[in-house]
Amino acid sequence: MPREEMLANIRAALGCASRATATAPPVYLRGSRIPRGERIAVFFDCIQRLSGKTHRASSPSDACAYVAAVLEGRTAVASNAALLDECGITRLPRVASGVYERPRLRELCASSDAGITSADFALADTGSLVMISSPREARMISLLPPLHLAVVSEQSILSGLDELFETLPHPAGQSSSMVLITGPSRTADIEQILVRGVHGPGEIHVVVV
Amino acid sequence: MPKRASLFVTCVVDQVFPSVGLAMAEVLERLGWQLDFPEAQTCCGQPAFNSGYRAQARKVALHFLDVFRDAEYIVVPSGSCTSMISHHFEELFAGDSARLAETHALAPRVYEFSRFLTEVAGAEDVGARMDAVATYHDSCHALRELHIKDAPRRLLRKVRGLELREMDIADECCGFGGTFSVKFADVSGAMARTKIDSIARTGAGLVVSIDSSCLMQIQGALSRAGLPIRTLHLAEVLASR
Amino acid sequence: MTPLVQIRETIANAGLQQAIYASTGRLMDKRRHAVAPEVFPDYQELRSQANLLKRHTLEHLDFYLEQFENNVAARGGKVIWCRTPGEVADFILGLAREREARLVVKSKSMTTEELHLNERLEQHGLEAVETDLGEYIIQLAGQRPYHIVAPALHMTRYDVADLFTGKLRIEKETAPEKQTLIARGVLRQKFLSADIGISGANFLVADSGAVVLVENEGNARLTTSAPPIHIAVAGIEKMIPRAQDLAVFLRLLGSSATGQALTVYTSFLAGPRRPLELDGPDEFYVVLLDGGRTRLLADAERRQSLFCIRCGACLNHCPVYRKIGGHNYPWVYSGPIGAIITPQFHGIDRDPWLPYASSLCGACAEVCPVKIDIPKLLLDLRADVTTRTRRGLAERFAFRMYAWLATSPALFGFAGRVAALLAPSNTWIKRLPWFLNVGPVAKWISQRDLPPPPAKSFRRLWKERKRHAA
Repeated sequence: MPREEMLANIRAALGCASRATATAPPVYLRGSRIPRGERIAVFFDCIQRLSGKTHRASSPSDACAYVAAVLEGRTAVASNAALLDECGITRLPRVASGVYERPRLRELCASSDAGITSADFALADTGSLVMISSPREARMISLLPPLHLAVVSEQSILSGLDELFETLPHPAGQSSSMVLITGPSRTADIEQILVRGVHGPGEIHVVVV
Repeated sequence: MPKRASLFVTCVVDQVFPSVGLAMAEVLERLGWQLDFPEAQTCCGQPAFNSGYRAQARKVALHFLDVFRDAEYIVVPSGSCTSMISHHFEELFAGDSARLAETHALAPRVYEFSRFLTEVAGAEDVGARMDAVATYHDSCHALRELHIKDAPRRLLRKVRGLELREMDIADECCGFGGTFSVKFADVSGAMARTKIDSIARTGAGLVVSIDSSCLMQIQGALSRAGLPIRTLHLAEVLASR
Repeated sequence: MTPLVQIRETIANAGLQQAIYASTGRLMDKRRHAVAPEVFPDYQELRSQANLLKRHTLEHLDFYLEQFENNVAARGGKVIWCRTPGEVADFILGLAREREARLVVKSKSMTTEELHLNERLEQHGLEAVETDLGEYIIQLAGQRPYHIVAPALHMTRYDVADLFTGKLRIEKETAPEKQTLIARGVLRQKFLSADIGISGANFLVADSGAVVLVENEGNARLTTSAPPIHIAVAGIEKMIPRAQDLAVFLRLLGSSATGQALTVYTSFLAGPRRPLELDGPDEFYVVLLDGGRTRLLADAERRQSLFCIRCGACLNHCPVYRKIGGHNYPWVYSGPIGAIITPQFHGIDRDPWLPYASSLCGACAEVCPVKIDIPKLLLDLRADVTTRTRRGLAERFAFRMYAWLATSPALFGFAGRVAALLAPSNTWIKRLPWFLNVGPVAKWISQRDLPPPPAKSFRRLWKERKRHAA
């Protein structure tokens, strides 16, 4: 069996026997560094530097108005996140929502102009959205349409990666997929020239409520 | 207290660029150092070590240890050879505790020339004068193994009449690399040409370094390209007045 | 055989030289800004942490592999153990046959380059499509990746325009934005109809049974989410103990590779789609490949070659890579990291010239985010070449002579005088008489002038000086 042979070879190379535990690896988490009050500013600054757009909504209805203005009547597919519903975004014209049927969802994602999601967390010091796949958030909504709109609550903004893994040490416990999204899809594969919007959205808007 | 130091001039300076050794001696004597040149010295063993011939390198390194065992300070006009002695000898003698102990006792007394001037002799202004626009080439082993970056520049800034202009790629390898320069002559030559392009962009008429082998590569390429830029070892600049 | 002829051709190709130098230069600049202390204050601290974590993980690799396997199984996935690249390809082909798959989409993976997977799949009638833009270009061109991070680094937009015109039968388009759109259109259809998605893995997380992928385009997300089957192929050294260790590695990888704090997408994938989730694959496999890696584990010092997180920074900063490019390296991995892992994976006999293809400038070690001492490993491998292979009799003899001369001071002093007699000159030498224009000296003078031998060596001048003083 390759499995046994590989493990035996590795143990022989390391000069050890089979073991049930390993001494704890050196730990390194720096904890939260950005004070709560400054996080939105840092977060927005990062997103803008990645050429993403930002908006701080004064109310759920303001968030909805911003989304409507960005869409300008284009088609969109919205995730089943509660926040989108609270803001009234799911009731906007030409926004498909409440889709739980898988083939239909995929078709909508492939054909819509925009995808609207929330995010489970946001990371201030890198400008990232943390998207955990669930019945409320599908993977494809933030991926297939050329425009991604994300509406996140202010409380969900963490300092950065360290705080994310402090808060969520076992992401696999709750989902098959956690994705960090840091700016619009891009490439520099041709002559190191930056081009946005390769396979994922080339345009990203983040609204904080 | 007489200030005593031994010179290890390196094989390249001994056999190809003797004026560098003389210049180094002159600067040190000017600062009141009594110098000694152990005549049995030859090479540090780096050519063999870098080519994978450890047994031969060990022989030469042993010879070096024998020659310099009692030296108070050993001053070397090369970052590369200094690093060979202070960093790589211990790899050669791994497993030989007696030699390893000797190496560890010796290593802290071995100084690259510019570091010796600034850290031991405590000199930055050695009373030199040279009317020139110069650029400084960081030799790789001095920069990355010995972390010598500022000392030569500080010394050069104190030379009267000399203007120091930085290259855009001062820290990029000149392409010498010992036997690399002949095993991969085309690559080495191309690297040298990239280097001299950067040198030429500064408008300097003089390239200074603390390793004669880099300068041999750079001067060789400058000469081949017909560029009227000369090279000098730091010691030669500091000796000039 | 050292590919000296091919190297000479690469250096003689001015357009190619310009493309390599400019692109690697841009990557260097991006990294330099990203790791500047004001941008990334704990960069050096994280490098040390990353080094410790990798060291620890490899010391306990058997434990973490088993933990990983248990966690993958607990999430409904399956781990496949493969001793050789051939076994990986066999597994993938077998599964494809069972599932009656026709179309395979691939996201960028250097590990699958070790298998020649695309050729194997195509031989069996499967269509395999690379989806990373650079990899797609390379696949159309029928080449192998030029660089770990930027596979089409050596090609200009005009090369891409010609390629697309020829292969996709479209009108000539030289703007990278438009070229990207063309690829997006072609590949979008492939993603949505693919039967299997194959990815590599940047990290395997033992405590989660997760595969972590970093990318900028979104092709890895599509590859791992759209088709019903996801297969991740990874070398066993990609393991890290815990999800939280990503806080160390992700920032180092992004900043070292492309100068980004984080790449655009970081996917943390554990198992197939869970029952109520709306998308994701139905089947999830992680293929663990040994492929020569265990060989490197035995020696604690050489083990560090396996710390590599494939950021490509050592390539960008290597003055040799920047001249000879990626294709003159004999195997999948080019640049300094390729020069140390290729001979260790395959044995030193196959490409003994590789450890010598370096000026030992140390730029690679300086920028390595996990602090692999590449120059030291190059030197160790050179020692292997001289002791374990039977090559270079003349060189062997020359170094014996050297050691003899360098331990005989009187003879050593004499050697220099011979040179001065044979080639007396007052100026730098451009040409040598035929009887001297041989061996290393000929190689030297093929590129640059030779210093004139001095009339007297230092030791003679020193003696005269002493006598004079006395």
